[in-house]
Amino acid sequence: MGHPYIPNTREIREQMLAEIGVASIDDLFSDIPEKIRLKKKLKLPAQMSELEVKQDVQKMLARNKPFTQMLSFLGGGLWPHHIPAHVRSLVQRSEFLTSYTPYQAETSQGMLQALFEYQSMICELTGMDVSNASMYDWATAIGEAALMCARVTRRKKILVPELMSPERFSVLQNYALGPNLEVVKLGYDWASGQLDLSQLRAKLGQDVACVYIENPSYLGFLETRVEEMAAAAHKAGAIFVVGVNPISLGLLKAPGDYGADIVVGEGQPLGNPVSFGGPTLGIFACRDDTKLIRQIPGRLVGATTTLDEKTRGFTMVLQTREQHIRRERATSNICSNEALCAVAAAIYLASLGPRGLRELAETCAANANYAMKKLDAIDGLEAPIFASPHFNEFTLRCTQPKLAIKKFNAKLLKQDIQGGRPIKDEFPEFGETALLYTTELHRREDIDRLADAAAEAVGARK
Amino acid sequence: MKKLGLIVNPIAGMGGRVGLKGTNGTDVVARALELGAKPVSPARAVKALRVLKKSGAKFELITYPAEMGESEATEVGFKARVIGDITPKRTTADDTKRAAKEMLELGVDLILVAGGDGTICDLIEVIGARVPVLGIPAGVKMHSAVFANAPKATGEVVARFLSEGLPLREAEVMDIDEEAYRQNRLSAKLKGFVKVPYEPTMVQATKEGSTGYELADQKAIARWVFELMEKGRTYILGPGTTTRAVAEELGVYDSTLLGVDIIRDYKMIAKDVGEEQILRAIEGKPATIIVSPIGGQGFVLGRGNQQISPKVVEKVGKENILVIATPQKLSSTPTLKVDTGDAKLDELFRGYIKVITGYRQSRMVKIV
Amino acid sequence: MNYRQARWADDGRLEPLVFELSKAKRTGYTLPPKVPSEVNIPNKLIRTELELPELSEPEVVRHYTRLSQMNYGIDSGFYPLGSCTMKYNPKICEDLAALETASCIHPYQDEDTVQGALELMYKLEQHLTEIAGVARVCLHPSAGAHGEFLGMLLTRAYHKSRGKEHNEVIVPDSAHGTNFASAAMAGFNVVVVPSNSRGRVDLEALRKAVSKRTAALMLTNPNTLGLFEDEILKIAEAVHKVGGLLYYDGANLNGILGKTRPGDMGFDIVHFNLHKTFSTPHGGGGPGAGPIGVTRKLEKFLPVPTVEYDRKRRRYYLDYRRPQSVGKIKSFYGNFGVLVKAYAYILLMGESGLQEVTEAAVLNSNYIMRKLQDVDGFEIKFDTSGPCKHEVVFSAEPLKRGAGVTAKDVAKRLLDYGIHAPTYYFPPIVPEALMIEPTETETKEELDRFIAAMKEIADEAKSHPEKLLSAPTATAIGRLDEAKASREPILSWKMYRKLAK
Repeated sequence: MGHPYIPNTREIREQMLAEIGVASIDDLFSDIPEKIRLKKKLKLPAQMSELEVKQDVQKMLARNKPFTQMLSFLGGGLWPHHIPAHVRSLVQRSEFLTSYTPYQAETSQGMLQALFEYQSMICELTGMDVSNASMYDWATAIGEAALMCARVTRRKKILVPELMSPERFSVLQNYALGPNLEVVKLGYDWASGQLDLSQLRAKLGQDVACVYIENPSYLGFLETRVEEMAAAAHKAGAIFVVGVNPISLGLLKAPGDYGADIVVGEGQPLGNPVSFGGPTLGIFACRDDTKLIRQIPGRLVGATTTLDEKTRGFTMVLQTREQHIRRERATSNICSNEALCAVAAAIYLASLGPRGLRELAETCAANANYAMKKLDAIDGLEAPIFASPHFNEFTLRCTQPKLAIKKFNAKLLKQDIQGGRPIKDEFPEFGETALLYTTELHRREDIDRLADAAAEAVGARK
Repeated sequence: MKKLGLIVNPIAGMGGRVGLKGTNGTDVVARALELGAKPVSPARAVKALRVLKKSGAKFELITYPAEMGESEATEVGFKARVIGDITPKRTTADDTKRAAKEMLELGVDLILVAGGDGTICDLIEVIGARVPVLGIPAGVKMHSAVFANAPKATGEVVARFLSEGLPLREAEVMDIDEEAYRQNRLSAKLKGFVKVPYEPTMVQATKEGSTGYELADQKAIARWVFELMEKGRTYILGPGTTTRAVAEELGVYDSTLLGVDIIRDYKMIAKDVGEEQILRAIEGKPATIIVSPIGGQGFVLGRGNQQISPKVVEKVGKENILVIATPQKLSSTPTLKVDTGDAKLDELFRGYIKVITGYRQSRMVKIV
Repeated sequence: MNYRQARWADDGRLEPLVFELSKAKRTGYTLPPKVPSEVNIPNKLIRTELELPELSEPEVVRHYTRLSQMNYGIDSGFYPLGSCTMKYNPKICEDLAALETASCIHPYQDEDTVQGALELMYKLEQHLTEIAGVARVCLHPSAGAHGEFLGMLLTRAYHKSRGKEHNEVIVPDSAHGTNFASAAMAGFNVVVVPSNSRGRVDLEALRKAVSKRTAALMLTNPNTLGLFEDEILKIAEAVHKVGGLLYYDGANLNGILGKTRPGDMGFDIVHFNLHKTFSTPHGGGGPGAGPIGVTRKLEKFLPVPTVEYDRKRRRYYLDYRRPQSVGKIKSFYGNFGVLVKAYAYILLMGESGLQEVTEAAVLNSNYIMRKLQDVDGFEIKFDTSGPCKHEVVFSAEPLKRGAGVTAKDVAKRLLDYGIHAPTYYFPPIVPEALMIEPTETETKEELDRFIAAMKEIADEAKSHPEKLLSAPTATAIGRLDEAKASREPILSWKMYRKLAK
């Protein structure tokens, strides 16, 4: 029997071979040298029916415990939110799902317009004027931003906060390798965690291409002196780059309003599932400055008209930036991106609207605030460890002697609660600390339950 | 609406059919006519113009009277604006020059010229590189890089230039030494440069490092060559605009376009030198030759930079020769040539060499 | 067959922008009640304005449904985009990736709670190593180009570890644009080698190009002309002799599955495009996945973490203790949602099925090659003496010479037949190139229909060229002013409000 995905049966294939005057299928592979032809079968599983594959994979995945089936406070770069059902049904429409990059604008107006809408909404959120149609993720967006800043300024130094996400830092370092950029870490204020402005000013010189901060930061606190950072960067001729969780921008000031030139971030929380780390959605937006726009990486969708000027349409623009090595500076190599995730983000934002997003962000922040209060009140716990405002993520420290944070988490797990991400390996100076998050998925009783379990874990009286 | 200038040199190409090499000089023209030569370039011009007519591009055609463009335009059905004065059947190089001057003054966007190297040389004497030029191949001597492959192709390029616009690249204008040529000796001189429109899809450029703009690509090449340069080393820079970009990157702004210059430690040591001076400058010192392909056939050594003689090459060493060329240049000359005068030396160069085409970019090109 | 794409239009535009449909106070979203707590953030950090569209749920659904109708996917019709392998995307794969046990797991969860995910990744890696003939696979890269970049980083790390200064990467002139860009991004100097008259890498040029500075050669095999690089063993030898590495661009893996393997050809680094050969959907540009396979000597440089199996404790775990690792090229571990689909696809096809995929794909492509050669107006520039692999490149130059229409015009006219245009003007070494990859999921009838359409278009070019020049007319919109779009870019609603009339 033939395979359901290969419509030309053996008989039809015989007929085709005859029609083109080829004796056998093997003749079509005569160009492969004998020495490298596979003589035996590949050691792969035998073909399975759809039913068997379904059962097999379901069984394998059943050995995962979804965070939806336990109480989870595990953030750190990806955040579960409720995704309205219609987002998924719309992105699953096969005209979107099974299409390719919209090179043929005439037949792909749907995708192009959806991406234009995504670009537009990201601009509104971030206070930027131009957004691309997606990058792989936040980390690679930072890397690309650094490369872009180096190209535009012709300088080689990148200043970043010491407390930026170590994973993202590692990715940035790899992007910096090619053009030999130097990534320099700036210290922080011990009490607030925020960027040490005096160190920033000291390190800002004529060799700095950009200053990058994360706001909210990786460890959850907000940077409160961002206008000063922007001013200092600009005075030195450096570009100010801000990394964000876009949900926070439903409530917090847009980086464009406090001096950011480029905004990057993780778009996953906008209508995309966590999915064990991918697909993710890299946000990349910048101000309307010709120097920047001509260097922006990734796909751009622009509005135009038909040749007879009668109808508005959308098309990919400025394609000479793409995959091409421009002048003496390498531009991005990005080809496939995360387009469908961007469309999901657009649908999500269009459904929430400004009030929905504001309410959502307030809920996330209020939940975090409530959680911090309840946990901090427990003897043996400290939350947050930084004296700064927070959005929806915060640090929790075990001050109990002899109780490691991993042990603390293990005790929570016994009560079916997934605790925060231990950051001891990444930042040993903060001791037995974990990074927790809250979103609209947490109800009051969930946070209360966390507090109770936490109290028990540290052996404190309630 | 764009303005197209059309100049037909009616006597170009006449020599070839009757065995003469070129038609410079009215005595040669007379000789050719005696031998029964018939004009060649008008028909070529008509071929190109027909393609242009079919394209439907809209533009104003400005040309000279009778056989210098008017007749050809009328034959194809163009309504041209005829300027100037000539004596039909007795046109000379002066007429070509006047035509070019008048068209320059009228602000034409492109001059389409049917002729050979000689015609182009006459043109640039008057207009330099101020107006883009495209040549319909019609002469016997066509060593300049100004000519498309065939009249039809020329028509297509002009059509696109006038309707959509096309980027411009630098093209060398050459002329053969007349006397030497008639004695079967090949000796070419680089006369100057003009800008020529080209089709980007035929340039590998967009994949491999070109910005699409030749000037920017030249700067990119220059930046890399600059990074590769060593102190204390003598650099012999061949003619051309790409090598000039290299000189400028070093801060040397008075390099010669048509001659060979010597640079060391970011300073101009000697300008427009001959073989003797070069040999003296490199005596006992490490040296590198930096050259760019010249002419429509892409001569890396020989035609156009004879000062870099076989003796010089031997002293410097084959491994110390850097060939630089923009992707645009290579698209018009996908293979390169050498003609040093020393057959054995030429043979050493045959085969693939690495040509620098951009910043940290190079391409393997065959010297045939 | 007659074709007409859906067209929603009114007053100088197609479907309005979502911003143009917005009406104050509409909403498509509800939240459960808030916790009784304030937001403890100083006012100066709070925003006062946010302009997002306000629509109800039915409006959002209708809007994006209409947009999807003005789009074209593989499920709509034939999509012979060369080098993209637009094959059918099995729907069961979608269902599996959407399971709660796949989509609702967090990468930082305790390893004991994600054993299923780790096992899937581990097994996928194993299947891919077997298919490619390499020692180890890394699933991190999100796309082919991302995998290339990682490959270049691994190359750098490898040579650095041996104390050698190899700073040149060789790329054939027919290569995909990302090859050049990825090499340059990783800091290498790029040397381009030409193709010979047979359409393969010119061995003479390659031998002259390699030197002690050669870090790697990047090669696609079959190449972008759909031809198998039959001198691959000599090519491998030339590069390995100088200590360079051989990098395999896996975009064309569909042409050789089960017949030969990159590892056996001598490749040291291999990237896969799961959204091509392994049938995960293209999603209008992404997400994809571009895993990397390496030979033993490069394993220690792979990004962290790797997925390992502890035989004693019978559990999978993530290994971060890899001191020579290049670090990370992406947060977390890769596009897991895409990996699930590829894994399921491999099971659905099985060993025999994958081989059948290649046989059917290569046959479909050779069928087109043979039949299209009989159509006046199209020719093959390079070697026609042997078979092609899973794709074929034609030149529409005869049509251009005869009728003055270009490959682009042919492609646009095909859209009117409900057939997506093949890739055109690539590879750049073929003038008026049309790169056609049918894939194995197309029927013979569809291929015949394609050939018939090409013949009709070629005839039409001679008699009514204006039909091609004005095409397409059956799609939602006609040709757009792309030059204007790039000259005066309008890239967001914000800019549109300011700049557009």
